[in-house]
Amino acid sequence: MDFAITDEQRLIVEQVRRFVREEVAPLEDKLDPDESRLGASDYARLVSKVKDMGLHGLGVPPEYGGPDIDTVTMTLIAIEISQHRAGLYSPCYGSFGGAGLAHLYEASEDLKKRYLYPTLNGEKHGFFGLTEPSGGSDPARAIQTRAVKDGDDWVINGAKIFISGADKAEYGIVFARTDAGKGRNGITCFIVDTDTPGFHVRRVVHTLRSAYYATELQFENMRVPSANVLGEVNRGFAIANDRLSRQRIPYAASCIGIAIKAQEMCIEYAKLRETFGAPLATRQAVQWMVVDNEIDIRTARWATLDAACKADRGEPFRTEAAMAKLLSTEGASRVVDRAIQIHGGYGVTKDLPLERWYREMRIRRIGEGPSEVQRLVMARDLFGASL
Amino acid sequence: MSVRMKKAWQELTAANVAALGGELGIYQIADEKEHVLRIGFAGGRSLFGLRGELLKALEEYRGGRTLFRVEINCQYMSRYEELLMVHMADYGSLPAGNASEGNRKIGRLSIG
Repeated sequence: MDFAITDEQRLIVEQVRRFVREEVAPLEDKLDPDESRLGASDYARLVSKVKDMGLHGLGVPPEYGGPDIDTVTMTLIAIEISQHRAGLYSPCYGSFGGAGLAHLYEASEDLKKRYLYPTLNGEKHGFFGLTEPSGGSDPARAIQTRAVKDGDDWVINGAKIFISGADKAEYGIVFARTDAGKGRNGITCFIVDTDTPGFHVRRVVHTLRSAYYATELQFENMRVPSANVLGEVNRGFAIANDRLSRQRIPYAASCIGIAIKAQEMCIEYAKLRETFGAPLATRQAVQWMVVDNEIDIRTARWATLDAACKADRGEPFRTEAAMAKLLSTEGASRVVDRAIQIHGGYGVTKDLPLERWYREMRIRRIGEGPSEVQRLVMARDLFGASL
Repeated sequence: MSVRMKKAWQELTAANVAALGGELGIYQIADEKEHVLRIGFAGGRSLFGLRGELLKALEEYRGGRTLFRVEINCQYMSRYEELLMVHMADYGSLPAGNASEGNRKIGRLSIG
């Protein structure tokens, strides 16, 4: 197996790396250390430069105006664009655009006109509403939000939690139980306008991640037209599941980017900082931490690129994506932890990005399916139908 | 933690501000009728945290009786955003001192 990148990929990576280091990272010198947004003029300037690079709309299929690049190249880019302070949850402050809600590409033309195209134009924003107070790791069983057919409408009642962006979105994808007796085959996916009577954002959910918050939603007799069912009635779980698998590759890649940047800081600092008359870099204790960092980074990188390769070849990649997510989130957490140890007291200050990454990386071991669920996914594939 | 800020108001005086610590957190400035004039935060780049930010406010709001209250909070950015959302839900607009935030979209809350 050859993981050598092509000349074209190398050029793209170098171009994106320069962009992150020369255009994005310097802006953070003046921003609050927890900031996840840029001022309008800086944002517009970055978007313009990304468009000049031909990389705007990452993840958007070429037929909808996105760049024609494969999953491996996208993964390499995702590793690069997270390499700055806000990069884990706000890579390059969103200037690369994005796929939005990928399920909409499979929607009817009517739904595409009302939601997909306005999203791609930046006129509308959507949220993804799956997790509920009853749980998020096992959506097939945890979903208690109910949708009941009433004439041409569905009436939805229930709650969602840890939902990002719902307070500012114009619409959202909401999963609700439409047949109580059918488990995962009784869940339907709806597109919901957030100005619908009965749609409530009840609170901001404060977490370790200060700037990029989540919300708790409540639906009270919220009427949604049947035309807003995404896919088929009672077949919504497949939509949720597909998203969870695909999302794991870029999710892993952004963690790797943070780990690479933290490792770079470790090496630079260990060469400069002297203790007891010699640089930290000469101390075996520090050398081993740096080596362990490199092992974690390379292991996660190989696993993630392997998953991306399989996705590009059209092969099943569920186990590979789960392994990539597990290795990258846990490995990058260890890398950031060691980086703080090497930097000593400065490592836990807001002078350096390490403390922010430490907090945010902790969430990564839970978000998009915790480590235990990734192991469960892999076990199911290994044991097959016997589980 | 309540969605609304419920700490008691204090008069914005040099003595009261000097008694503040240098922690991260959020604050509100109000007129003497307790109408909020500005919501702000002391973040990672604030010199002397809340005390530093309120010292600046003391200069800005000279003349007239002005009130303030603070909340120590490491999640100062999401709490700041939440308080802007609460104000929008209550009054339909941002406090005058946060007018510059009106250039971006503020999230909405349904407050019961």
